[in-house]
Amino acid sequence: MFKVLERIFKDRLATENISLSASDRYRGPIEGSANSDVLKECAAVCPVKAFNVSGDKYTVDYKKCIFCGRCVEACANKAIDEARLRHKHEDALPVLIESGQEVLQEVLKEKLGRSLHVRHLDAGSCNACDFEMGAMSNPVYDLHRYGVHFVASPRHADMLMVTGVVTRNLEQALKMSYEALPEPKLVMACGACAAGGETYGDTYAVVGAADKLVPVDIYVPGCPPRPTAMIMALLAAADMLKDRMK
Amino acid sequence: MMTTIMPEAILMAAEKMSDGGKHPLTAMFGRDETATGVGYVIYCYFEIPEEKTVDGFKVVFNPNGSLEYDSITHVVPAAAWYEREIKDMFGLVPKGHPDLRPLVLHETFPEDFFPLRKNVKVNAKVRGERQFKVRTAKGEGLFEVPVGPIHAGIIEPGHFRFSQAGEAMLQLDAKLFYTHRGIEKAVEGKIPYEALPIVERICGACSIANTWSFCQAVEKTVAVKVPRRAEIIRTLLMELERITNHVGDIGNIPAGVGFNPAISLGGRLKEKLMRLNETVAGNRFLRGMIIPGGVAKDITFELCENIHQVMDEVADGVEDMATMFREQENFQNRVQTTGIVRNQTAIDLAMVGVGARASGYAHDSRSDFSYGVYDELDFKPYTKSMGDVAARLLVRIGELSASFEMMDKLIELLNNCTEQELSVEMEYTEGADWGISESARGSNFQYVALDGDGRIDRLFVRSASYANWPALPIAVQGDIIPDFPLINKSFELCYACIDR
Repeated sequence: MFKVLERIFKDRLATENISLSASDRYRGPIEGSANSDVLKECAAVCPVKAFNVSGDKYTVDYKKCIFCGRCVEACANKAIDEARLRHKHEDALPVLIESGQEVLQEVLKEKLGRSLHVRHLDAGSCNACDFEMGAMSNPVYDLHRYGVHFVASPRHADMLMVTGVVTRNLEQALKMSYEALPEPKLVMACGACAAGGETYGDTYAVVGAADKLVPVDIYVPGCPPRPTAMIMALLAAADMLKDRMK
Repeated sequence: MMTTIMPEAILMAAEKMSDGGKHPLTAMFGRDETATGVGYVIYCYFEIPEEKTVDGFKVVFNPNGSLEYDSITHVVPAAAWYEREIKDMFGLVPKGHPDLRPLVLHETFPEDFFPLRKNVKVNAKVRGERQFKVRTAKGEGLFEVPVGPIHAGIIEPGHFRFSQAGEAMLQLDAKLFYTHRGIEKAVEGKIPYEALPIVERICGACSIANTWSFCQAVEKTVAVKVPRRAEIIRTLLMELERITNHVGDIGNIPAGVGFNPAISLGGRLKEKLMRLNETVAGNRFLRGMIIPGGVAKDITFELCENIHQVMDEVADGVEDMATMFREQENFQNRVQTTGIVRNQTAIDLAMVGVGARASGYAHDSRSDFSYGVYDELDFKPYTKSMGDVAARLLVRIGELSASFEMMDKLIELLNNCTEQELSVEMEYTEGADWGISESARGSNFQYVALDGDGRIDRLFVRSASYANWPALPIAVQGDIIPDFPLINKSFELCYACIDR
């Protein structure tokens, strides 16, 4: 007993402030430019059809993007001039559907007066999102300090946090969990599968993105989103809930 | 070489190959070869440890003839799930199988829908009905506890039905495959490089193991040799993935008994490793590193230094955790003699990985096969004989110290490797072969067949969890239901890997 206490005191405080920046190799959102021929190559190699080109402009659908980096690779292989696509080395920002706005880092500043109870629902995920959700509760991210808690039943929850592309075998579970949520209810589609639904393509066993079955309020890009991006999304959701309770 | 046999001969062939259990069943899967005029085929692979290879036979069915065969589950108990899956996917029926319920396809799929047959479109949205009855024990005073598919914590979906005699678990029936995404069908018609992002996403926690087995199979098919530097990097990544998972697991098993200091320490250490993974691969799950023909990125001298430093920190933390476990009597009280899998059960079910090794069954693909640079690492499987939760915990801790040592050697090998080439050009040609690698959970086997255009005709994924899941209902028998989360965590089986 005392030895365990002694070991606990050996560690200093591990909890960190939330920062969206990542390591040098991290494959975050795409920036930079390239000529239209190169961009067409980039679009062609995208496994989830997230890279769209018109002329020498491009957009990336971050709901679908699995951040595999193939567009950046293709650009590096094909481009003959200076122009290149690059990854930003930071998290892609969550998107609120009500305003169509990206969630800004400002949400992290406000610390008090928020509370959110979340029920997780794995609707067909590869478990990477689930592991990152678990990581939010470790001492480094310590999600509880923000007033966000995971609860055991949808009946106790303000929000359903959906991970994974909705499979045929889990379709009913998703619908029933959504119905069991008390009003006002929110739904978060967390990660490329739940948000975009293109990760594995369209198969006999897949229904698709979460918004095919239930209304989604907030999308979190990433494959998987890092715990930092998830925390931002959760805080934005807590603010949204506060507004709806008024 | 794979011999071809008729369906009537399957029982005899299986008995001969298995040789009284000496050769564990590695995998059994179907393939639709009607396009080439062969018919439906069942492939049976057995592991031949003395030759460091797998071997077996294929059973050919005339699509217009009888699609029944004698179930081999009675002589090779490990075949039980495979036969059910083949029935779901191809409609080949194992006569005399003790449990002919569906496995993969749940109630919304019609009875006559066989998705892996070639005449079914990948996006066929066929709806219908089928029965999927959960098994329960009946008797005076017995009651049922249904759990899932949505669980109380943040875990993957599965339905458990406990038949209880008071607190004791009499019987457990698990309905799984909820996250079945049709991955094996989804990759058909893609060249291996296109299929890679999907293979990488079969499972979050085992992405190196899955991609390595897949790439190995592809590389063997088209007969290319991977550069030495890439082989060293792949081995290093695999050990990094193992360390990340094992540390996560030893930090998660105490959650089964509410031992919080250990959970916290485990969580911190795992976060260190996840960040290291991101520094190395650009992704916290090491995605985007292994590609057919080699690796995508180098592990530079600076990164090696970084890895070395994190390994030292994590090794210290693991030692502290091991001490905590050892000295905490009430923790030991919970983990010892809980969830026992006997040695013979492990052999009969052809268990793999930590699950097998904790029951004294020294099954480890790193020594049973020759791949990567494991031959140079002087590696021996780490076993315990008790087969309980404590044994599975100790095996992980033992393997961690072995992996830390291996990392040192791998970094040395990498620094001494003058070859700079990271990958070779791949030209995809027709053929089929298998690949194997030892994931954190155990041996991961994949079979890849490419058609004349070098596109995938069949991918079969047998992850470690597939072989070990059937052991869980046996391990829990007689234990009390509050111990279930603990026993479950001690196996730490993937759902995503088996569901595909």
